[in-house]
Amino acid sequence: MAKFTLNVNGKKLEVDVDPEMPLLWALRDELNLNGTKFGCGIAQCGACTVHIDGQATRSCVTPVEAAAESEIITIESVAGAEAKAIQDAWVKHDVPQCGYCQSGQIMSAVALLRETPKPTDEDIDAAMSGNICRCATYQRIRTAIKTAAKQLQG
Amino acid sequence: MQFLFEKYGSASDKNTDAVTAEPSRRTVLKSIAGVGAGLVIGTQLPTSAKAQSGAAAVLNQGTGEGVFAPNAFVRIDPDSTVTVLIKHIEFGQGPYTGLSTLVAEELDADWGQMRAQSAPANNDLYKNLVFGVQGTGGSTAMANSFQQMRKAGAAARAVLVEAASKAWGVPADDITVKKGVIAHEASGKSGSFGDFAAAAAKLTPPEEPFLKDPSEFVLIGTELPKLDSKAKSNGTAEFTMDVKRDDMLTVLIKRPPVFGGKVKSFDDAETRKVKGVVEVKEVPRGVAVYAEGYWAASKGREALKVEWDESDAETRSTDEIVADYKKSAATVGRVVVKSGDAEKTLASAEKTIEAEYVFPYLAHAPMEPEDCVIEATPNGATVWAGSQFPTMDQGAVAQTLGLRPEEVNVKTLFAGGSFGRRATPIADIAYDCATVAKAIELKRPVKLVFSREDDIKGGFYRPLNVHRMKGTVDADGNIAAWDHVLVAQSILAGSPFEGMMKDGIDPTMIEGANDLPYAIPNLRVSVHMKTSKVPPLWWRAVGHTHTAYSTETFMDELLALGGKDPVAERLRLMGDKHQRHAGALKAVAELADWGSAVPEGRARGVALHKSFNSYVATIAEVGAGEEDGVPRVYNVWSAIDCGVAVNPDIVRAQIEGGVGYGLGHILYSELTLDKGRVEQENFDTYRSLRINEMPDVKVAIVKSAEAPTGVGEPGLPPIGPAVANAWAKLTGKRVRHLPFTKGAG
Repeated sequence: MAKFTLNVNGKKLEVDVDPEMPLLWALRDELNLNGTKFGCGIAQCGACTVHIDGQATRSCVTPVEAAAESEIITIESVAGAEAKAIQDAWVKHDVPQCGYCQSGQIMSAVALLRETPKPTDEDIDAAMSGNICRCATYQRIRTAIKTAAKQLQG
Repeated sequence: MQFLFEKYGSASDKNTDAVTAEPSRRTVLKSIAGVGAGLVIGTQLPTSAKAQSGAAAVLNQGTGEGVFAPNAFVRIDPDSTVTVLIKHIEFGQGPYTGLSTLVAEELDADWGQMRAQSAPANNDLYKNLVFGVQGTGGSTAMANSFQQMRKAGAAARAVLVEAASKAWGVPADDITVKKGVIAHEASGKSGSFGDFAAAAAKLTPPEEPFLKDPSEFVLIGTELPKLDSKAKSNGTAEFTMDVKRDDMLTVLIKRPPVFGGKVKSFDDAETRKVKGVVEVKEVPRGVAVYAEGYWAASKGREALKVEWDESDAETRSTDEIVADYKKSAATVGRVVVKSGDAEKTLASAEKTIEAEYVFPYLAHAPMEPEDCVIEATPNGATVWAGSQFPTMDQGAVAQTLGLRPEEVNVKTLFAGGSFGRRATPIADIAYDCATVAKAIELKRPVKLVFSREDDIKGGFYRPLNVHRMKGTVDADGNIAAWDHVLVAQSILAGSPFEGMMKDGIDPTMIEGANDLPYAIPNLRVSVHMKTSKVPPLWWRAVGHTHTAYSTETFMDELLALGGKDPVAERLRLMGDKHQRHAGALKAVAELADWGSAVPEGRARGVALHKSFNSYVATIAEVGAGEEDGVPRVYNVWSAIDCGVAVNPDIVRAQIEGGVGYGLGHILYSELTLDKGRVEQENFDTYRSLRINEMPDVKVAIVKSAEAPTGVGEPGLPPIGPAVANAWAKLTGKRVRHLPFTKGAG
């Protein structure tokens, strides 16, 4: 066990955990941030996606010690123009079905729009294909990303 | 459950008995097993449950000061918020929105004042009217609730109007209700639901309230926004995985590597050294590791050494099972459909087609792995779960803990998908959690979690199927004979649902193969039922997942042999006897402009299938994919006749989802056994459809005044055969051994 000060959602939070513990479990079990989901544990499904220094990152394979120096943002406090546009578009198109993967989908989509304000279908495929949705809401995810991009461009 | 007495000091003879008693005979599971008539799988409940499950007990539950609760489904707060108690689990198929729409329609509420909340486990009040037990499945949520929820809303409206009529001293008939406003035009008086909630609570709601004529619907048939989209877009939606209780332990069970395996012995020395591991206990289905959080439980489980008794386990490989099934498929099974003489016609036919199909085991792999939380209460236990069959989960927990069902409070949360997985005949998830809770005498709340590996390797699969088909056409190219043999393990036989069997045949094995809409003069369908230790389960669309594929691809082959157009000839073969099938097929042909030019390098295929009383026709447009033998599916057009489409946007979403879920499995997914051991374990080896593989899906909804039918499952069956038929047209290759990635092309 070791103590780490994590910078999560703009707050310095201390955890005393196994250094190898994936960030996912530190967020969920130690810090009570349950919006980030567990889906596979091996970075195959993307349900655990958070932003680490602005990058969409799979928290289920990121050890706490590797994230300790970084700025971590989770679905609970993702903010800014892109985040608002994405979340509004998600609601407008009623994207979620079961909803379990959508925190991860949204974190990936926000990172995409910050990097690529006008994503093509290929850009969307590249940025989003690491996020599985077993309900297959993919068509609406694609539509919502395009709606958000359009809205951001006014 | 000594702990209960220590903590609450409320020991009684009854509870003491409960601690040591053998599983109670008064359990719901048993009563289900004892009933055997058709789809009504059980209405018997323990007498004690009946006594306590009256409306009063539930109506008072969770209702605050001044809340108007006219029936088991509707709550109206003083601030006019209308909360609908939803008896069906919300796992994405839309009952929160759909069932609330029915109440809002008859209540004449404004959509903005509507809320939805999961109903507690209470069989008398919340049973599925098709099943007779509280539960969700068979795409029945809307169908069985349509009248019931409308009545619930209409009854609430009637007493609100009566209360206003009394307060204003005007005739009830002169009062109107629109968008949540109760008004009397002549006097100019108006008020909200909340204004009259207290007064209405003192009145008796009518049992048979006046229902609107469908022509008066203002909400049903419109695309109201879903009630749960916002919470599912900001991380606040609560799933079982998110439940936290004071002092709660996270538990993983190390499970046998083969189906039917049992614990022989285990060594937990290394496990107990893992920081955070609190306890290790043998439970009926493995060895449970209890820890402070998932990570410690997971590391502790990795360190656990278990020796397994595999003497009674399934140790065959899938190749052996398939070989055995193929042998059976070469012979006639128990005949379930017969007209004319297919055997004789085929024997003398000049040109016949014979086809053998293999459909693999499939896992549901819902996005949220299976999980459940149990905590002791002064009088029993509370269960948090994505409970698809609350009656059965409640019964399994009660039986395991030696409680009465009514002492087990089931809180159904959003579930991160299910596709059938959360509705097992033995309520395995709740049962496992109860055994885990019991093993530590409920001293601390427990959250049982399946890892993804537990989920993929854990059984309850869509059963492996082998079909053999033989057919022929006459001199004019018309289909003359059709002989279909199906071989699989029964889902129902030997389960608590055995009562659903008909004449010793499991209808879920043959559904979709035994009710072809096409006129075929010589027809025979027969089935062989096999046994295995691999637990089988319904998987989104159940038997239709394979029967639609075999029948609609074989139909395509025979039509090609006879030189017929797939759409026109299907329509001709249905004549005027199957109008709704035909309506869906015509609608999809129009939507896709069937017969128009197809982009170069692509081809289209069509399939039509009825399931869960809905009719779906699908056209797929495919081209060569990046992988050998695997198509890229560009476009899909689907038309559905599901009766009244309560919310057309949710219907479309379910078709889109059904297409995606079906397509992913047809193309990529299978589970194989090597000497009984499942060879896949996570999404790296059990491949899921991803966004870059999702086709563009367009949906047409056939206009209908018929009662609403299923939408959660019916979109799935036709996508496989539509893709296979398109692929055959493009490449000349008939894929009969799924998935496509097997390279059988």
